[in-house]
Amino acid sequence: MPIIIKSDEEIALMAESGRILAEVLELLAAEVRPGTIIQDLDTIVREEYRRRNVIPTFLGYRGFPAHVCVSVNEQIVHGIPSDRKLREGEIVSIDLGVTHQGFVADSALTMGVGRIGQEEQRLIDTTHRALWAGIRAARPGARLGDVSHAIQTCAEAEGYSLVREYVGHGIGRDMHEEPPVPNFGPPDRGPVLQKGMVLALEPMVCMGDWRTKVHDDEWTVSTLDGSLSAHFEHTVAITEEGPRVLTARSDEQQLAAALNEPAEVRG
Amino acid sequence: MPKKDAIEVEGVVKSPLKNAMFKIDLANGHEVLAHISGKMRMNYIKIVPGDRVLVELSPYDLSRGRITYRFR
Repeated sequence: MPIIIKSDEEIALMAESGRILAEVLELLAAEVRPGTIIQDLDTIVREEYRRRNVIPTFLGYRGFPAHVCVSVNEQIVHGIPSDRKLREGEIVSIDLGVTHQGFVADSALTMGVGRIGQEEQRLIDTTHRALWAGIRAARPGARLGDVSHAIQTCAEAEGYSLVREYVGHGIGRDMHEEPPVPNFGPPDRGPVLQKGMVLALEPMVCMGDWRTKVHDDEWTVSTLDGSLSAHFEHTVAITEEGPRVLTARSDEQQLAAALNEPAEVRG
Repeated sequence: MPKKDAIEVEGVVKSPLKNAMFKIDLANGHEVLAHISGKMRMNYIKIVPGDRVLVELSPYDLSRGRITYRFR
């Protein structure tokens, strides 16, 4: 299956989906504190989506039972919200999708609950940096392997490992389109990126080994060795000027603005 | 939501190696090294040469896989 190229109009629609998604994700992040019941995050998404008249992409996707994936500590992705409370010092990943005017946006963040340790913070910061390293590499004329390699290099430099079995993906009218976007691999390989491609980049970074297991709920994915894992994701359009992050949150506007400045300024 | 990225292929167990690893002949003529998935290990499913199995491969390393199912 080929990579679907989006027109400027379609990317404008995707940017609207992305903006809504970023807003709701920020609302969720503001609710993360010791004592928050995870299920309440799901309720917030349901109500906010109803109010905005947008569709929860994850709900019912291959039978996924919730609006949002919440994965705590050693859980990597696809955690199902439960009545469990978040505890001080834990790290929590929130992964959210939205469908609006026929187009999907997909984004995730990881954050600490209350005060967290230095090691936890370093894992989160590195994963975020790895995502943005990948985003910076996603330019027309570059190859997909350059993006994968940038992410891998950034995370492995800190001694972390990258999940192999789950990958980023093309995105558009469907959540999962071609191509798969692994978070590892050699540079200068794979399809050449061009204007109109939209990719969901999403490093899943583990403190220990990258091997995973799926829980009995058939969704939640954890590290096999129980080590902590962080996950960040953005929906990124390839434009003539360079990458455009469609799901950037307010605290990332500077990073997003710096993407299309000349390389020497970017640093 | 990340995409599960694995290819499932059928093969026949050729020989057991150490650490619950097996050499598998795939239907397409390739040979891969595969280990047993955690779930199968928990359920004490015994695998012997000649068994037909389902192997999950990562598209990024087609020489290694994971046995997810043994056909009866």
